[in-house]
Amino acid sequence: MNSVLVNLPFIVVAILLAIGFYTIGFKRNLIKIIIGVEILEGAVNMFIVALGYVKGGYAPIYTQAPSGAIENMVLPTPQALTLTSIVIGVAVTALMLAFAVNIYKTYGTLDVSKVRRLRG
Amino acid sequence: MMEHLPALIIAIPLLGAFAAPLFKRHHKAVSIWAILITGITLIVSLLLTREVLVKGILVYVFGAKSPTLVLPSGYKVPIRIMFEVDALGAFMAISATLMSFVGALYSYSHVAHESGLEKYYSLLLLLEVGILGMVLTGDLFNLFVFMEIAGISGAALVGFRSYRGEASEAGIKYLIISAVASLMVLFSVALLYGEYGNLNLAYIAKNIKFGVVDLIAFGLLFTSFAMKCGAVPMHYWVPDAYTEIPAGGNPPLLVATYANLYALFRVSFTLFTNIVINISRAGWIMVILGVLTMFIGVTMALVQKDVKRLMSYHAISQTGYMLLGVGVGLTVLHDPSKLMEFGRDAIAGGLFHVINHIIYKSLLLMTAGALFYVTGTRNLDNMGGLARKMPITTISFMIGAAAISGLPPFNGFASKLIIYETSYMLNPILTVFAMVTSILTLASFVKVFASAFLGPPLKKYENVKEVPKPMLIAMIILAALCVIFGLFPKIILDKLIYPAADALINYLQYHSWGGLA
Repeated sequence: MNSVLVNLPFIVVAILLAIGFYTIGFKRNLIKIIIGVEILEGAVNMFIVALGYVKGGYAPIYTQAPSGAIENMVLPTPQALTLTSIVIGVAVTALMLAFAVNIYKTYGTLDVSKVRRLRG
Repeated sequence: MMEHLPALIIAIPLLGAFAAPLFKRHHKAVSIWAILITGITLIVSLLLTREVLVKGILVYVFGAKSPTLVLPSGYKVPIRIMFEVDALGAFMAISATLMSFVGALYSYSHVAHESGLEKYYSLLLLLEVGILGMVLTGDLFNLFVFMEIAGISGAALVGFRSYRGEASEAGIKYLIISAVASLMVLFSVALLYGEYGNLNLAYIAKNIKFGVVDLIAFGLLFTSFAMKCGAVPMHYWVPDAYTEIPAGGNPPLLVATYANLYALFRVSFTLFTNIVINISRAGWIMVILGVLTMFIGVTMALVQKDVKRLMSYHAISQTGYMLLGVGVGLTVLHDPSKLMEFGRDAIAGGLFHVINHIIYKSLLLMTAGALFYVTGTRNLDNMGGLARKMPITTISFMIGAAAISGLPPFNGFASKLIIYETSYMLNPILTVFAMVTSILTLASFVKVFASAFLGPPLKKYENVKEVPKPMLIAMIILAALCVIFGLFPKIILDKLIYPAADALINYLQYHSWGGLA
């Protein structure tokens, strides 16, 4: 039971990855596919944040840190990585949605099985 | 000045990209600005390559004087952002800057009638930044960031003609593939970070152990990069993206694809060879992937009627040659006698094919763009008799077609011959596949030549003229390079390709600067 609790974040990450891949692979609505990419991104971000947690460690903020915390601070790299990745994710989503709007305007549908003028 | 070249090569196009929107409503000015910036970057990359070839690996640290500087507490790991330029990175940087320059030159006339040009050139320069960052960085997370920059700007360029629904369709396909691939890269970066507590390529390569987590990370990285360099079975985005992007964006987009190929080679050689005793298995996977890619690509190309789409399927097929060449080298990497006998030449052949393919495929896609420029269609059935009207385009096309089919004395022959010879040493069947692919390639380009350029002149194209000068100059530069690389392959191989191949083979060199602990 304890091992499940300790690994809970990673189990959630695995479930989210599975949901994300399923949505990208099997859904037909373009907006849902975009949501699937977003879920994948959330899973990866959560994985990095979960990796950055060290039991008993303190957040690396020096102002008003409790005594003894300075010796025991975690490296803030995972959080920095996550922030960068979130920013990139917003750009990707915005561009994907812009394409989706454009596709709806010209094709009149968001069904990916009908949006298929490029083939062969 | 000279020691800051790795930073300048990123900073100059970045400045250019964000200054380009200032030239709104001055279409000529923004085109000239882009040509200027890409030209300067080309010079910087040439200087950088000379530095690297003379002095060996160049490690550039942002925010410190030397890479081995450690924290005051004595915690000995590299924590700063680092660029590490070896001969392979420099070689890719030359390809990227050259092709961005040619692309910007070509775009001067090709997209002159479109609106929103300042955004087009911004994206073009950002794409260049992304590629250069990918090939020069020495840090896994940076690799992800630059991969995303290249992916986003590339997808936006693909969808640039937003009044066409097809452009958006191709754009979203490319963007979804690139987003999923780079998220998986980030996931494996996180795995490696969790294990080694660092992101520096040299540090991880030095400390890497053989474990399940490493294997998972290697598998994810291999798959993601193979997906993004257009290997079968994830090749279907390539024809769409290459067809819909304005022809001036084709050269940088091609290099962006091969920047992912570079990353594939980098992780398989530098990062993981140290541990995977059975790296030959990964090499065989690469070889088989290469053969499949080249064969499936060319068979799908044979039935195409859209001229740019046909050429894009050939781009897939040619990627197979590179995978085959470098894969043959990877299979024998831990076998010194075979490595000296043919492995090193195989890697050199694969890398030589990268730059050759970038040159002649850009040339061919640009001639296709020129055909589209004058006829307004890409369908081969609606063209004909254009040879007399467009002599220079015709000659450029002939040179490009001869080069891609591997006819001497053009550059495609030089690299394909090396790949044939070396893959024969590993297994003769591989060579048979490679040669059959080459013959099929020739067949389909004869078809294009006959239906677009030969035949009786059509009435509707009576008044067409040769395309404007900037487009011609861009095509002539590349056609000349095709001939030069084909006539003097020895010089190019000795000066550029063999150092790059050695950079892959001597993977221990990559962290020879210390790598710290």
